[in-house]
Amino acid sequence: MSKKDEKRSYGEVATVATEEPRSELLRQLVAHLRQNRTQLRQEWAHRITEAMLLTSMTQDEIFAEATSIYDNHVDALESGTFETLQAYARNLSERIIPRGVETDEVVGIVLLLRDVLARSLFAKYQQDFALLNRILDTYEPAANRVANSVAVSFVQERERTIMQQQEAMRELSIPVPQVRERLLILPIIGVIDPQRARQLTEQLLRGIRTNRAKVVVIDITGVAAMDSNVANHLVQTVGACRLLGAKVIVTGLSPVIAQTLVTIRVDLTKMNTAGDLQGRIEEAEKSLGYKVMPAEQ
Amino acid sequence: MEVPILKQSPHLITTIQAALTDADLIRLQDALVEQVGRYRSKGVIIDVTALDVMDSFATRTLRSIAHMIKLRGAETVICGIQPEVAFAMVQLGLTLEGISTALDLEEGLALLNQ
Repeated sequence: MSKKDEKRSYGEVATVATEEPRSELLRQLVAHLRQNRTQLRQEWAHRITEAMLLTSMTQDEIFAEATSIYDNHVDALESGTFETLQAYARNLSERIIPRGVETDEVVGIVLLLRDVLARSLFAKYQQDFALLNRILDTYEPAANRVANSVAVSFVQERERTIMQQQEAMRELSIPVPQVRERLLILPIIGVIDPQRARQLTEQLLRGIRTNRAKVVVIDITGVAAMDSNVANHLVQTVGACRLLGAKVIVTGLSPVIAQTLVTIRVDLTKMNTAGDLQGRIEEAEKSLGYKVMPAEQ
Repeated sequence: MEVPILKQSPHLITTIQAALTDADLIRLQDALVEQVGRYRSKGVIIDVTALDVMDSFATRTLRSIAHMIKLRGAETVICGIQPEVAFAMVQLGLTLEGISTALDLEEGLALLNQ
């Protein structure tokens, strides 16, 4: 809404100050940009390389993309519609995001294009200052909108990618394998957020029920960081397992996590937490009455 | 609803078949505490497999039953808590601290016979 208002007010300023109609100015502007296409494009690609942007792409690629963006940009200026440009920007983002192109680079190149074009307008109209002013009145709001929509498309695409990845991570199944009869292990790997913790608990409880497990060894070696939320989830999981009659052994607390837990005062004393996975599994086997020994004996 | 209490050699087994009212729970509590003494039982099993909801009153009553039976010299095992129920209970902070639990009736009997 505010963007529209802004645009309209720019337009009004332009009409008040103009002798030629706005469309005539725009035609002049677009003609100028078309005429100097090769030179401006090169100038822009040169500036991009100079500013060390898009370093993950080759010269040729930068030039090819620069050409497409340039043409789309001019088309958008001429027609005043941004759908094609937005679609192109989304498509471009889709291609360059996996290659590690950052938001600041994309915003940077779009602003560079704006600068390059504005410079060329200055150069062309420096004799007639009033005309330059009117041309800029026409050019600036449109160019700003172009820059805006390209940047927004990029960020949207990026967010979409991130969401997709989060979704994929959440859907990673949590395996609860049975290592001995009535003994399950649950290796937790990665980040635990509330949703994943819930899913994890549900899966574990279901596993306990179907395998009639008596002992569960939870291995959190793969958990990088732990805060009070995660710790409380762990406490809840252990409590829920206990209600089903299963004993839970937690193992794999790294020194860092142990320190964190002490600092944030999470009480894990009820959980049997010391030792490594092997030791814990052996302990679990013992409590189930298993005795593992080498085959020769 | 009356909850049947079955005597199985040294143990008492009671199976809760449907959601109980608060009054029913209190009646069950009185009956269990009384019968533990009358039959000189060693253990009591409360099977809640059929319950898909367990509110705070039910949990508290189960806990006090267990404590009373302990005072009467017997052990209590609560068995058959459903996964969803367990999850909900833990989230509400109802963890049946200090009371034995088992997966099902068979496990409960095994636990008492240990």
